[in-house]
Amino acid sequence: MKDPVVAGAGVAASIAAPAERGRVSRLTRWLESEKLLATVLLVPGMAILLIFIAYPFVMALWYSLTSIRVGDPGEFVGIANFAKAWNDTVFQLAFKNTVFYTFWATVFKLALGMWLALLLNRSFRFKRIIRASMLLPFIIPTVLSAFAWRWMFDPTFSVMNWLLYHSGVITDRLPFLSDGDWALWCAVLVNTWRGMPFFAITLLAGLQTISPDLHEAAALDGANAWHRFWHVTWPLLLPVTLVVVVFSVIQTFSDFQLIYVLTGGGPANSTHLIATYAYQVGVASGLLGEGAALSLFMFPVLFGVVWFQLRFMKRMEGH
Amino acid sequence: MANVTIRNLNKNYENGFHAVKDVNLEIRDKEFMVLVGPSGCGKTTTLRMVAGLEEITSGDIMIGKDVVNDLPPMDRNIAMVFQNYALYPHKSVYQNMAFGLQMRKYPKDEIDKRVREAADILGIQPLLERKPRQLSGGQRQRVAVGRAIVRHPEVFLFDEPLSNLDAQLRVQMRVELKRLHERLETTAIYVTHDQVEAMTLGDRVVVMKDGWVQQVGEPLELYEKPANRFVAGFIGSPAMNFVEVTISDSGGALWADAAGLRLKVPPQMVERVRAHTGKRATLGMRPEALHLASGSDHADFCFDTAVDVVEPLGNEILINFRAGGAAMVTRVDPSVRVKAHQNVRVALDPGRVHFFDETSGAAI
Ligand SMILES: Nc1ncnc2c1ncn2[C@@H]1O[C@H](COP(=O)(O)OP(=O)(O)OP(=O)(O)O)[C@@H](O)[C@H]1O
Ligand SMILES: [Mg+2]
Repeated sequence: MKDPVVAGAGVAASIAAPAERGRVSRLTRWLESEKLLATVLLVPGMAILLIFIAYPFVMALWYSLTSIRVGDPGEFVGIANFAKAWNDTVFQLAFKNTVFYTFWATVFKLALGMWLALLLNRSFRFKRIIRASMLLPFIIPTVLSAFAWRWMFDPTFSVMNWLLYHSGVITDRLPFLSDGDWALWCAVLVNTWRGMPFFAITLLAGLQTISPDLHEAAALDGANAWHRFWHVTWPLLLPVTLVVVVFSVIQTFSDFQLIYVLTGGGPANSTHLIATYAYQVGVASGLLGEGAALSLFMFPVLFGVVWFQLRFMKRMEGH
Repeated sequence: MANVTIRNLNKNYENGFHAVKDVNLEIRDKEFMVLVGPSGCGKTTTLRMVAGLEEITSGDIMIGKDVVNDLPPMDRNIAMVFQNYALYPHKSVYQNMAFGLQMRKYPKDEIDKRVREAADILGIQPLLERKPRQLSGGQRQRVAVGRAIVRHPEVFLFDEPLSNLDAQLRVQMRVELKRLHERLETTAIYVTHDQVEAMTLGDRVVVMKDGWVQQVGEPLELYEKPANRFVAGFIGSPAMNFVEVTISDSGGALWADAAGLRLKVPPQMVERVRAHTGKRATLGMRPEALHLASGSDHADFCFDTAVDVVEPLGNEILINFRAGGAAMVTRVDPSVRVKAHQNVRVALDPGRVHFFDETSGAAI
């Protein structure tokens, strides 16, 4: 494989000849050997992946098979932790919640993000500023914005209840975070608010790669706005859409911060996601082994999502 | 069956740029009208206003008897071929051509019939299942034309459809487009910056510059009787030779004088040129209106110069030289033998001389 390149470098070196050039050409030759260069460039990335991803992952795998807890190395227990989790009603609910939360948040983020992207893709005054400011929810640390939302949903101080009450829409306070179902929808709302800008910006970038000529051609072909979206925009945006959706599914499915701050899993463990429940069991209660097992339940789902994406991307490229 | 009437058409872009200025055109039914002009002269803008893709600032556009100023593109019954083809990349050739008919709710078998008919005319039947990505430039071009003709529109609009093709293919497609137009007999407006394309394709040609229409006419009319200096220089290749001269009256005849060059104003022009006596004007001579002088040429229409560069093109020879302070070129028979730096006497065909007003550039 590397032969032609090396041979080329050799020819160059023999032409360049004089002694001082020798060192340069050796370096060049060394760098031109693809395998070597590839290795050099890959090492830092690989190291980071190994230390921060692979190592903790393997440790989690190992922990999940033991009865380790804080201050007690424990012993090998096989799949006992998994079996326990499987039969744990709180975990079952947390799993259901996670699927629910991921599904609806992603649907809303995609729909609203697409809508916003289409709006922002038109030309209007102060375009740049508005496009940039739209990213605000995305760049505020989640913990901070989640706290702000918690105050807005607060049982006594809720600004929303106040507004709705005083504008006469409601007569009783709404149980934003004090009812399990309400609380989960609130979490979906906050997640959508936070994640929509990312969808919008990414889709907007995708939209801008679509030649306006295509829309004009479609308009001449007799397509109305909806047909143009459905026959031109959507299919051409599909690869980008897929990437953001997969990205968002992974993030949302393994979300932690938002629920942790907003409800802490309450009331009565009714709004736990897998991640928050695993944290509660593993870290807050110190049952590291069980917590690890719980968190590993995310793995097959996420693996499936990524596998689907890779397969789809391959098919798109193959076309 | 439609003629297109453009009345006092203007376009001001949002940034205030006045791209199209008071354009008036009457494109007859079944006519092939070509808009030609240098880059940025407003050809595309005009075409897009006819298509309905660009808003009209003022004026009227009529297709047939209907004013279409405010009609959306889809209701104008026109089809357009874009410069970069604008084929839907994710649709097959068949679907690309069928799309416009599907949107207009034609029955399936009618769509199929028309698509295959168009594919037949354009010779792209074997490509129907391919995606645009899998086609060559020329094939894409045909598909783009196919997409336009399946609709049987009243007017075809073309925006430089051949400019992305290589020279040979361009000549071939040019002929095909002409043949196609003769077969379909549909009104067509065709934009190009290539004057050869304009001359060969157009029933009539509109020359534009800086948003203004300079002249409208049949190709030969533009060539023989350019309305102004711009049209004279734009149409024809190599371009017309221009010399800045002063008109003088001596010995009962009018003369055009420039440094080292004195030519008699030919009798048929005397009447018109007389008003410019004592003033400066531009003398225009087509390369083929000049030749190397022989005994039969009258001395009043000859001048002496030295050959600069000789370009043998096979079917003709271009001889470059300087005279009257301007670079000039003449086109002569390939049997003529001349060498660079040789001194020659050049004669002018007195029947083919143009004079242009020095300030307005209008033909005298
Ligand atoms: N959206 C726009 N906003 C402002 N000015 C524009 C816009 N589009 C075009 N122009 C200007 O209007 C003039 C005419 O543009 P147009 O595209 O009609 O030129 P053209 O004759 O088609 O040229 P070409 O041969 O290069 O395609 C140009 O000077 C161009 O810079
Ligand atoms: Mg143009």
